[in-house]
Amino acid sequence: MRTPFARIHGLGSGHSGTGHFWMQRLTGIANLPLVIAFLVVVVSLAGSSQASVIATLSNPFVAMIMTAALISVLIHMRIGMQVIIEDYVHSELRKIALLMANTFFTLAVGIAAGYAILKINFGL
Amino acid sequence: MAEPRVERPLSPHLGIYHFSITMAMSILHRITGGALYFGTLLLVWWLLAAASSSRQFDIASAFFASWFGQFILFGYTWALLHHTLGGIRHFIWDTGHGLQPGEREFLGYATITGSVVLTLVVWTLGYMFKG
Repeated sequence: MRTPFARIHGLGSGHSGTGHFWMQRLTGIANLPLVIAFLVVVVSLAGSSQASVIATLSNPFVAMIMTAALISVLIHMRIGMQVIIEDYVHSELRKIALLMANTFFTLAVGIAAGYAILKINFGL
Repeated sequence: MAEPRVERPLSPHLGIYHFSITMAMSILHRITGGALYFGTLLLVWWLLAAASSSRQFDIASAFFASWFGQFILFGYTWALLHHTLGGIRHFIWDTGHGLQPGEREFLGYATITGSVVLTLVVWTLGYMFKG
């Protein structure tokens, strides 16, 4: 037997739904303290030398907060951009290509920033 | 796209609405979100520069210290704070509060006023404690 729900499940423009809505809220909540901490770190480093930037980012607490902020922000912004693409791009092929590019961009930012934080903490 | 076989009425579109603060804040929330998305490249550049060499760090620092770099960072700060306050507004709405006439307009004006004031506060503090 096929229920009405099974017939429509996954047929929205993004092929999934409330999971993304919930994840956007979850990461949004996490972003509030993490973004404030991020701003405090970055503003306190405005105009600083490379040595003091590295000293601050090598602090274990700062490094962990920056990593947490990075992960939460990246998940949040990937979902956000996906919604924008789904709203404005109606050609199926272009939409799928842009949704893939969205994922690649997010991963590239995460890997590059994560690599830099790891190198500053363990590799210099 | 295939030609529609019958003339169907269109749902109301952008042209029919008059300006409202909630509409402006909705558009700004999306624009600031998109700007922050690409703005992460600035963070990546800064982190990679700090992790690579003093030469690379000096190049990045010189850009961020230039008038154009400061302008971009100022805009980035505002976008971040505006999107953050807009997010808080959405959380308030998620609980079912702040949706009445008057309330939602108040939240809109609070978002834009708050984001501008907070941006100025952050930059004032930044210049006061500049290393």
